[in-house]
Amino acid sequence: MLTIDQATYDAIVAHAKRDHPDEACGIVAGPEGSDRPERFIEMVNAAGSPTFYEFDSTELLELYKQMWDRDEEPVIVYHSHTATEAYPSRTDIGLASEPNAHYVLVSTREHGNNDGPVEFRSYRIVEGVVTEEEVAVVPGLAA
Amino acid sequence: MAIEVRIPTILRTYTGGEKAVTGAGDNLSALIDDLEANHPGLKERLIENGDLRRFVNVYVNDEDVRFIGGLEAELTDGDQVVVLPAVAGGC
Repeated sequence: MLTIDQATYDAIVAHAKRDHPDEACGIVAGPEGSDRPERFIEMVNAAGSPTFYEFDSTELLELYKQMWDRDEEPVIVYHSHTATEAYPSRTDIGLASEPNAHYVLVSTREHGNNDGPVEFRSYRIVEGVVTEEEVAVVPGLAA
Repeated sequence: MAIEVRIPTILRTYTGGEKAVTGAGDNLSALIDDLEANHPGLKERLIENGDLRRFVNVYVNDEDVRFIGGLEAELTDGDQVVVLPAVAGGC
């Protein structure tokens, strides 16, 4: 199960809506081994595409170095699908490389840049196997 | 000659769980061959058809090796090498 606070949930949704029709992407870092998504980090989609996302390689290194310095890991890796459902594509599965992360998919296909509900789903992707999990949105993460 | 190589979580199965290992070589290609000798299976995850895999990033002293010669990128003692899988996907 993914437990996420409302503010971080809202930030992911807002990013996805803002970047629609391109795919939005980013991570939420947290202390290593804690499973707590604490630090929301929007990334630029270097592919700038409605069908593909990729972190810029230089920004990727900066991000990881920052996390290593803070003893953090990516707790959530998120991206949006802008014309299809919030389910990992074959490419998403093939490229998933963080076995400990929750892969969050948001679909903006229904309302695009506008207000309105989105599909927000979470998965584990380990060695090509996708397992959907429940998402619990809480007012704030327990201390 | 020792070069420290930072290994990402997903490849630590090849390094006995170690986050960093050391290797030797005067270019990236030689370093990867050296790593393979001690951590069999690693090379296959980095290289495909004689070139770096498209979705694996390798950095030497913070420079993406794609901009400094790829597998031919020169290395010297004390260099820091980081391997990071791309964070990417698509619908």
